[in-house]
Amino acid sequence: MRFLLEKDLRILRRSPLLVVLLVAYPVLIAVLVGLALSGGPDKPRVAVFSQLPEDSGTVNVAGTTVDPGRYADELYKAVDPIKVRSRAEAERLVRDGEALAAVIVPADLVDRIQSAVSLSGSSKRPTVEVLYNAEDPVKQQYVESTIESRVADLNRAVSEKLTSIATGYLGILLRGGDFSLFGQKFEVLGLQRSKALVDGVAAGEREGSPERQALERVSKFAQLAIDNLDLSDDVLDAVGEPVVVKRTVVEGRRTPLDAFAVAVAVTLSLMLVTVLLAAGMLALEREEHAFARLVRGLVSKTGLVAEKVVLAAVCALAATLLMTAGVSIFVSLDWGRAPLWVVALAFGGLAFGALGVAIGAAAREVRAASLLAILLALPIAFLALVPSGAVASGLYDVIRVVSACFPFRPALDAVDAAINDAGGLGTALLHLALLTVAWGAVARIGLRRFA
Amino acid sequence: MSAALAADAVSKRYGEREALRDVSFSAGAGETIAVIGPNGAGKTTLLSILGGVQRPTSGTVSRDPREVGWVPQQAAVYGKLTVEENLRLFARLEKVRDPDEAVARMLDQTGLRDRAGDELGTLSGGNRQRVNIAVGLLAQPDVLLLDEPSSSLDPRQRERLWEFVGGLARAGTTVVFTTHNVQEAERYADRVLVLADGELLFAGSPDDLHAEVGGDQRDFEAAFVRFLHERGH
Ligand SMILES: Nc1ncnc2c1ncn2[C@@H]1O[C@H](COP(=O)(O)OP(=O)(O)OP(=O)(O)O)[C@@H](O)[C@H]1O
Ligand SMILES: [Mg+2]
Repeated sequence: MRFLLEKDLRILRRSPLLVVLLVAYPVLIAVLVGLALSGGPDKPRVAVFSQLPEDSGTVNVAGTTVDPGRYADELYKAVDPIKVRSRAEAERLVRDGEALAAVIVPADLVDRIQSAVSLSGSSKRPTVEVLYNAEDPVKQQYVESTIESRVADLNRAVSEKLTSIATGYLGILLRGGDFSLFGQKFEVLGLQRSKALVDGVAAGEREGSPERQALERVSKFAQLAIDNLDLSDDVLDAVGEPVVVKRTVVEGRRTPLDAFAVAVAVTLSLMLVTVLLAAGMLALEREEHAFARLVRGLVSKTGLVAEKVVLAAVCALAATLLMTAGVSIFVSLDWGRAPLWVVALAFGGLAFGALGVAIGAAAREVRAASLLAILLALPIAFLALVPSGAVASGLYDVIRVVSACFPFRPALDAVDAAINDAGGLGTALLHLALLTVAWGAVARIGLRRFA
Repeated sequence: MSAALAADAVSKRYGEREALRDVSFSAGAGETIAVIGPNGAGKTTLLSILGGVQRPTSGTVSRDPREVGWVPQQAAVYGKLTVEENLRLFARLEKVRDPDEAVARMLDQTGLRDRAGDELGTLSGGNRQRVNIAVGLLAQPDVLLLDEPSSSLDPRQRERLWEFVGGLARAGTTVVFTTHNVQEAERYADRVLVLADGELLFAGSPDDLHAEVGGDQRDFEAAFVRFLHERGH
């Protein structure tokens, strides 16, 4: 038992590839899981472009002072704000993925809130604009759930305030009191006291006289208003969203989540089939010792690499086309775009195949190659799905560079473009072609070790 | 006689270890050469360099490896392919003019015609070795390198192998083989090369080797062991 244990530890120590995996893999996975669980920084990074004048003033209604600036502070507390000085700058930050979204506060927000609370009948409701980047639906969901819930918080706060102000207003209308507007004080009589006054005057009139009848009609109306305005608190409570949120997508398109999920599923399958096959089949040549026989003039090493890449890509193309067809039973897909699917899957397959042979060249046996292929492929896919803005921007840049070195992200873009008409097919195909050449070269250099 | 195959000052290093040190020899057309020496002497390394599987660290080999037949010590054939499929694959890769004829010839030579449709992985070790050798013979090369070809064959197959190799040599093929069965070297080789620790200690006929150690040994094996002993191995 002890000797077996010693023997196995010794074997492990002498397999550098395995040791690297054993050490690097847990670290990598820990980082990824950490990212996934923390969901990035506590507060989403949001660009804020406030057009409010420095001293935007307060709205003073019915004895209550409303400071719109305080509501802006509420929002800033909920997010990690990056204050910017123009709409263009806000858009750029969103486009570059440095900010998850941008909030644009219009200059006339205060005026509009003022007119909303002054009951003067203005229909222009205050509007806050939210800009975001919808590169992919995963991110879109993230933005919608994070930013918009913050804005909803703000809205609720403003809504409560407005309701209480309006209620105060009504109280003055009902019972009378002081009311200041633009620095001037008004004394408001109030409906109840008005009614009492009218009733008093009416009592002095002769019964049945036209004056008394007219005053009684005024008094009845006042009573009706008093009764009904008492109930209006509830009505006002029901007023939602005093501040309107206008959504603007800066970049990207809106692929429905299920259609995007199809693209992710197809790309994942493409990756696993191709990488495993290419890595395994190249390693098999060495495991069977036939490699030496082949490369001494029968086949060039480059030819051998190319053959494995094509083999894996063709097999995976067939498998994933079949899978796509199967999925189309459940999710409606546009079969008219099928030729584009083939193109995207073929390019993706070649790039994954090239990655696979690079793995196959590093490992000596089929089992090691398969293990390595799986261990490498899954985190790459995971990384490629991290939305920009969900993690610190420096880390995101690293993630983006790493993702760009592997075929998953461009393959996903290509497949999504082909299936869902998401755009950017050409760029993704070019990227995949470059990766095919690069990883093919890595594989070729790897094989040189076994000259 | 112009050499059919020549090695000039061939050396091979694996890190610190020198597997071959300045090995030079040449072989004429139709000559049969046995490379003998202790385990780890560098026999496999020498043959794989002659066969173009590895590049020497320094030194040169005269012949283009594509004109050389190479049979490795470990069977280098596909376990999931049948005997016939293996032979046909390599016949095509070697660009043999008539692959069908070559496959048929090799099935007869190996005596495996009745196993032609069996996957190689299901064959015994010796039978697999027969196919391994047959693959090296497919292209009827002018120079044939055999690394311990007889090691896992039964006596009858061994007999057939050497008969066949003798026929090739008489027809002008140069054969270089390694073996631990030094009687085979004495019986079938025109010349023997003795390698030890990567160094070529002796090149000459078996009789010369006998003479080298005084000629009073009871057989060639004893003479060989004596020779190595005298050279400190
Ligand atoms: N890939 C390798 N890496 C490191 N050293 C190697 C490698 N291949 C061979 N060697 C070393 O080179 C030397 C010669 O090995 P080689 O296989 O040529 O010996 P050999 O004469 O064929 O032995 P045997 O009779 O056991 O087959 C040995 O010391 C061996 O350890
Ligand atoms: Mg050997």
